[in-house]
Amino acid sequence: MARRVAICAVSQTKFVRNNTTQRFQEMELDVLESLREQVDIGFADEGGIGMSINVSNDVFDARTISDAPMTDVLGAHMGCEEKVDQDGAQAIIYGASAIMSGHCDAVLIIGHCRESQGQSRNMCTNLTFDPFFTRPVGLDYCSAAGFQAQAYLSKSGITEEQLAKIVVKSRENASKNPYTPEAPRVTVEDVMSSPMLCDPIRELHAYPVSDGAVGMILAAEDLAVKLTDTPVFFNGHGNNMDSFYLGDRDLTSNFALKGAAERAYKRAGITDPKTAFDIVEISDQYAYQYPMWLEGLGICDEGKAGELIDSDNANGPAINASGGMLAGNPLNLGGFVRAAEGAMQLMGKAGDRQVKGAKTALAHGVVGPAGQFHTVVILGSD
Amino acid sequence: MKKNRNVGIVGVGQSAFSSHREDVNQPELINEAVNEALEHAGITLNDVDCVVHGNMELFEMVHQPDMWHTLGTGAYGKETIRVTTGGTTGATLVCVADNLVASGMHDVVMAIGFEKLQEGNTTAGITNMSDPLWGRRLQTGALTGVFAQKAIDKYGEEKAKKAAMKYRIIMDKHAMKNPKAHRRLGLEFDEMDTLAENSPTLVGDLKMIHMCSQSDGACVVIFASEEKAKEICKQPAWIKDHITVHREEAYCAFGDAPHTTTHEYAAQKLFKRNGITSPVDELDVFEMYDPSCWWGIDWISEFMMISSDEAMKLIEDDEIMIGGKIPFNPSGGVIASNPIGATAMVRVAEAALQIMGDAGEHQVPGEVNQALASGFGGVMWTVLLLLTKEAPVWNE
Repeated sequence: MARRVAICAVSQTKFVRNNTTQRFQEMELDVLESLREQVDIGFADEGGIGMSINVSNDVFDARTISDAPMTDVLGAHMGCEEKVDQDGAQAIIYGASAIMSGHCDAVLIIGHCRESQGQSRNMCTNLTFDPFFTRPVGLDYCSAAGFQAQAYLSKSGITEEQLAKIVVKSRENASKNPYTPEAPRVTVEDVMSSPMLCDPIRELHAYPVSDGAVGMILAAEDLAVKLTDTPVFFNGHGNNMDSFYLGDRDLTSNFALKGAAERAYKRAGITDPKTAFDIVEISDQYAYQYPMWLEGLGICDEGKAGELIDSDNANGPAINASGGMLAGNPLNLGGFVRAAEGAMQLMGKAGDRQVKGAKTALAHGVVGPAGQFHTVVILGSD
Repeated sequence: MKKNRNVGIVGVGQSAFSSHREDVNQPELINEAVNEALEHAGITLNDVDCVVHGNMELFEMVHQPDMWHTLGTGAYGKETIRVTTGGTTGATLVCVADNLVASGMHDVVMAIGFEKLQEGNTTAGITNMSDPLWGRRLQTGALTGVFAQKAIDKYGEEKAKKAAMKYRIIMDKHAMKNPKAHRRLGLEFDEMDTLAENSPTLVGDLKMIHMCSQSDGACVVIFASEEKAKEICKQPAWIKDHITVHREEAYCAFGDAPHTTTHEYAAQKLFKRNGITSPVDELDVFEMYDPSCWWGIDWISEFMMISSDEAMKLIEDDEIMIGGKIPFNPSGGVIASNPIGATAMVRVAEAALQIMGDAGEHQVPGEVNQALASGFGGVMWTVLLLLTKEAPVWNE
């Protein structure tokens, strides 16, 4: 049996529309320094950080090998550094595997993205589509989400008003989150009258463009308990890939997410996801995804997400107490920030948005067009 | 270090490497290697738990290519992870797969390295790696003539040029035995002088004939836990250890002061913790990531922990040839085939084939008990992997 892994420290920058005063390296350096202040750990093959993982993307950074400028910031000069080129939640799984395998005792993970840098993130995500059939017609993640939203809304009966409520709630939660300073509170009317982006997705239904960085330190259990009084254990994980062409998929089936959740629950020994978590943080890049992903995760029954929205999920777990992705994180950091928020809650360090006595958390990340690939990470205070 | 459980390579697949694989698209190219690896391992896609994927986005200008490539990788309904680190990617993916299996997370993992360089501009893609403010205008991609000059300064012009061309021709002789290799030119040792003279200059003394190719190709390696590996494979290639050494990107940080290269540093550390004192004698084969023959001749001493003169002598005496004391790149190496995201994985795959005894015509004679494979990339980064014929035993 492999040893257990725990998150010992978490840090994030503020996520802002256009950070004109810092380069990637400086954003990550802020995160590194904050992490080093929280725990007393150095870089070493044994008993220290033996591996550094960067989360970034060549297309969004417009740089081949986008981790090359990060090696020194990650403390990996003449050391081990690797880059996870997916949602950062995947880096947590990979970092944990390196500790569980015995290869190293602690792992540093820092991710960055400046969505503001590209002329258009749709231009970046258009490049995900194959150059022969789907790229020339102009598909990007937003238009793919538009198709999925149409299909899901007609299947679920979620109303325009309910979508607006999701955004209102997200901004309300974000007002208590110091890391999302540029997500002002809005009303249902504001959302319903905001310009159409990709029918039925309105501007306020979409996650905002933002720049920022986030990081954490993972360690083997015996080391983690020496470093911190509030270790957050990595208790389960799962991910799953759907097929590529949108026409080959049932866009409302939640195939990838259900598979990812099933694997994570099995590994974490969870039988009833409705009652298992105090904190649920999901990557809702677009408002329709909030109910859809919750159904896929089994946090609510299929077809019941509308009721959950209307009742504000009063009896269930705190969902996106951080504001979620709708309040702002870059594409490749969505799930990573969700896990960081989950860990902060379990550490009792979530400030004004702290949920009292939180002991278990689920963090969710998503990659690709219309949720082709999902990741679920399960954290616990024991 | 004590590994949680052993990991063995049980299957290897490679597409045919070529400058223009216009007969296939990206997922189809990958699928060739996937099918070959599954067949080699004697398993089906159903037996694979997790797919590990990597390449460089800006070479083909495909963002999150693992999404589209799912059609060829067979990742549908499976767990996956995508990790990229430049030229080292393929070797890093092996480390990823090793960690995923050793940790107990997965029993069977399939790692895929890929590149289809004809679909983009490789030198532009590599140049784009440099800092836009400080380095980009000085970058010549991977065409580093400065290293030819360094070798000339170090060994003297005649000796260096002769060694570089001898190394180049040895690699071609190896490639001639490997049907998958991209460039198989049929070079002979007596052509040494005319070849270099007639080859177009790239940068300074770096000529076209010295340089690695730009290839289309995919490589797939299948990994299994010890229990599973012994069940499905009669001779797995075991992953004894691996080490990754990156360095910061500003080359000038040390000025002209002599410093330990990542190759030397990685080799010293890896050999020390595995009790290897004389690599030339103790290793049976080395698949080295050699982007040009100038780098090739210079790196022998760094990896093998020997003096430059001893390294030169290994080349002169044909000791790095198949049948020699320590054969380098029986596959033909990177100079013969270079689909960048796959290249470093091909090194590991070829080292594993040598241990498994499945390398065909380029199988080295005699027992292969210990094999070394290196990955190179980024800003002079190194990944080194040590493979063994016997399953490693771990003491507390």
